[in-house]
Amino acid sequence: MRSFRVLSKEEGSVCLSVSWLEVPERRKEGSTVERRIVPLVLSSFHLLTARQPQAGHFQGKMAKSGAKECWGYAAYDRSGLMKPFRFMRRPCRPEDICFQIKFCGICHTDLHQIKDDWKEIPASYPMVPGHEVVGIVCEVGGAVRNFKPGDRIGVGCISNSCGQCDHCRKSMEQYCERKMIWTYNDKDIYIDGSPTYGGYSTLMVIPERYALRIPEGLPLDAAAPLLCAGITVYSPMKHYDMERGGKSFGVIGLGGLGFMAAKFARALGMRITVVSTSPGKEQEARTSLHADNFVVSTDPRQMKAAEKTLDFIIDTVAAEHSMDQYLPLLKTNGKIILVGIPAKPLECSALSLHSARRCVGGSLIGGIRETQEMLDFCARHHIFCKIERIPISYVNEAMVRLAKSDVKYRFVIDVAASTPPEFRPIQ
Amino acid sequence: MSSALGHEKKCRGYAAREASGHLSPFEFTRSAPGSKDVGFRVCFCGICHTDLHQIRSEWGSSVYPMVPGHEIVGIVDEVGSEVSRFRPGDRVGVGCIVNSCRECNACKRKSEQYCHRGATFTYNSTDREGTITYGGYSDYMVVSEDYAFKIPENLPLDGAAPLLVAGVTVYSPIKYYQMESGGRNFGVVGLGGVGHMAVKFAKAMGMHVTVISTSPSKEEEAKKSLGADQFLVSRDEAQMKEAKGTLDFIIDTVSAPHPADLYLDLLSANGKLILVGVPPEPMQFKPRALVSERKTIGGSMVGGMEETQEMLDFCVKHNIVCEIEKINMDYVNTAMERLAKGDVHYRFVIDCENSFRAS
Ligand SMILES: [Zn+2]
Ligand SMILES: [Zn+2]
Ligand SMILES: [Zn+2]
Repeated sequence: MRSFRVLSKEEGSVCLSVSWLEVPERRKEGSTVERRIVPLVLSSFHLLTARQPQAGHFQGKMAKSGAKECWGYAAYDRSGLMKPFRFMRRPCRPEDICFQIKFCGICHTDLHQIKDDWKEIPASYPMVPGHEVVGIVCEVGGAVRNFKPGDRIGVGCISNSCGQCDHCRKSMEQYCERKMIWTYNDKDIYIDGSPTYGGYSTLMVIPERYALRIPEGLPLDAAAPLLCAGITVYSPMKHYDMERGGKSFGVIGLGGLGFMAAKFARALGMRITVVSTSPGKEQEARTSLHADNFVVSTDPRQMKAAEKTLDFIIDTVAAEHSMDQYLPLLKTNGKIILVGIPAKPLECSALSLHSARRCVGGSLIGGIRETQEMLDFCARHHIFCKIERIPISYVNEAMVRLAKSDVKYRFVIDVAASTPPEFRPIQ
Repeated sequence: MSSALGHEKKCRGYAAREASGHLSPFEFTRSAPGSKDVGFRVCFCGICHTDLHQIRSEWGSSVYPMVPGHEIVGIVDEVGSEVSRFRPGDRVGVGCIVNSCRECNACKRKSEQYCHRGATFTYNSTDREGTITYGGYSDYMVVSEDYAFKIPENLPLDGAAPLLVAGVTVYSPIKYYQMESGGRNFGVVGLGGVGHMAVKFAKAMGMHVTVISTSPSKEEEAKKSLGADQFLVSRDEAQMKEAKGTLDFIIDTVSAPHPADLYLDLLSANGKLILVGVPPEPMQFKPRALVSERKTIGGSMVGGMEETQEMLDFCVKHNIVCEIEKINMDYVNTAMERLAKGDVHYRFVIDCENSFRAS
C-alpha cells in the first residue's frame, strides 16, 4: 500500500490525501492474473461533512466530551452513491464497548437501503451502511463483564432493543415488541434518538448485550458475513427443527445466503437440493457445496421430477416470484421459509397448501444468543463464508456488481486497510 | 333393507346431471359389502360448501351424474365376515375419504387425507374398481370398515353428521399446530358451518376467541350463543387496526377471494394463519409480513381417520354438536341457493331416512 498527496482539479484545487492499494485482479476463467490499482480512500475533510475536523481528534483519540471522531463511507441520496463521511460516535457508557472495525460484509440489504427501495423502511441520509461488522475491542465501559480491549468482536443487524418484552427476554430481539434498533438507518430511541451508523466505518460503539464474540477458530474477514447472511439461514433451520439429520433440504438461490444455507445443511447432515435459475451454478453447487441434487427452476421437467422430495426449503430470492412454482417440491407437512423480501406481494394458491398441509413462513435474521450459538457452531464445523475482499473505495463498483449477482459469495470491505492514517489506532 | 339382493345394492339418491348443479332423484347400485365392508342405512347427510362447488363444476373436475354428500351418518345394516369394529344396529359415520393406499408415509402416519397416491374421496372420485364414487345424498352406503367412524351414543345423529367434515376441518389444524396449549388467542375468519365449529372447539379448549366477519349482524349470536369473546368486522378499519398483533392463530374459513394481509396484520409475532377454505384465486400476501415477524401461512385439509374419531370423542366429552337446520331431500335445491348466499345457521342436514322412506 502506498499513500501520497495529489492535487485534485475537480475539487477546486484542494489538497487530497489519497491512498492506493494494489490488488490482484480476480482470476476470471481463462484470463491471466493482473494487478490493478484501486484508490483506497479519499479522506479529504472538505469533501463532506458540515462538521469541521479538528486536528488532534483523529488517531482514535477522544474529543473532550468523550465522543469519538469516526470516518466512513456514506450514501447521500437515493442514487446510493457512496462517498467518505466523518461523524461522531457516542462516548462509551458503562455498558458500552468501543471497537476498531476491521472488516464489514456487504449485504443485499445495504444495496436496497442506500437506494431507498423499501417503503416500509425509508432511508435517511447520510447513511453509513453495514451490519456484518467485525473488529477488535479498544475500550470498554465500567460495567462490561465479558469483553476486554484486544478481544475479537462482532455486531450484526441489531444494535439495541427494549430488553424487557417477552421476545427480548427470550433473546429474540429481532422481534422486539417495542422496537429493535437496526445497526444503521435507524434512530436509537433507547439512548438519545440519534441516527445509527453502520460498519462501513472505522469505529463502533455497542452495548455489550448486542456484541458477539468471534471465536478464535474463525478468520475475521470471512466471519463477518455470518453476522447477517449466516444467521439469517441458521435461525429458521433451528426454529423449524430442520436439523434432524437425514431430512431433505432445499435452498432457492445460490447467493451469499444460499451458500451459507448449503454449508449449514451439510454440517447438519441433511440432503441438499439447490434450486437455481442458472444451470451454470450446478458444478460449483455439487463440488464445493456438496449438493446432492441441483434443479434448474426454469426447466419444467426437472421441477416436475423434484416434486414432493423436500422437507424444508429456504427461499433466499428477493426478486418477485410465485410460491406456487416451489410449493409442489415440498412433501406433506413441508415448509418453505422466506428470508428474502421481494418488494411485490407473493402469490400462493390455497390448494397447493391444503393438499399436503404445506406452509409458507418467514424469518428475520436471529436473536443475539442464537447468533453467538451459530458463531460457535461455525467455529466447530469450520464454516465461514467465501468472500471477495475489497477496499472501501471499491464499494460503489461492488454495489453495481452485487446488483448483478456478480460476486462469490460476499463482498467484505477491508476497513482497517482502507482507514486513512489519521483514523488508525495509535500503535 | 336386506342384503339378500345378490351382488349389488339398489340405491336411491339425488344427483346433479350437469354444471347447473340442479339435483334430482337418481337410482343407482352399489356393490354389496365385501368381507371388510360395512353396509349401512343413511340417516342424515350434511350439506357441505364443497358439494355446492362440485355440483356446479367450479373446480373443473366434476363427473356427472354426481351424488354429493360426505357428512354421512347412519345405522349399520350388515357387515362383512372380517369386520370387527361394527355390528348391525351400530351407529356409523363416513366423512370425505373412503379409501387410500394404506402404505405410503402419510397413510402410515394416519394422515390418510394426504395419501401420496391420492385418497379416494367419498364422491366424484374414482375408486379401486375404477368406478365413480357416490356420496351420501342417498339411502344406503357401503364402506370399508377402516374408513368408517363410530358415532358415540351421546351425540345426536343429525347434529353429528357435519362434524365429519366441518368439524374435523378445524379440529385437525388446531391439534396439528398445537393451538390449544396455554390459553392462546385464537381467531376465526368467517362464521359459517366451519367457522362456528372452530369457535366451539376453541372455547372448549379454553382459548380466547375472536370472530372476524364481514357481517356486523352476526356479533350478537357469535358472542351470546357461541361464546366468542370478541367480534371484529373485517371492513371496519378502526376495529381491525386496534386488534393488530393480538392473535396467535387464525383459522381462515373463507372460500371467496380475499387478501391475506388483512389477517396477517392481526397476528402477533410467530403467529400462524391457517387456510381451510379454498378461494378460487391465489392468495396474495406481502412477504415482509411473514419475514419481519416470523409469521406463517399454512393450509390444512380435513383430518385423518384416527384424528376424526378422536374429535368425535372430544365432542361427546365437551357436549359439542353442529348447529343445524334439518331439511327434506326435496328441499335440497333451495338449500343450495340459500347456502350460496350464506343463509343458513349453520349447516343444512338432509333427513335422508325419512325423505326416501316417504317417497
Ligand atoms: Zn444483511
Ligand atoms: Zn423488546
Ligand atoms: Zn397413502
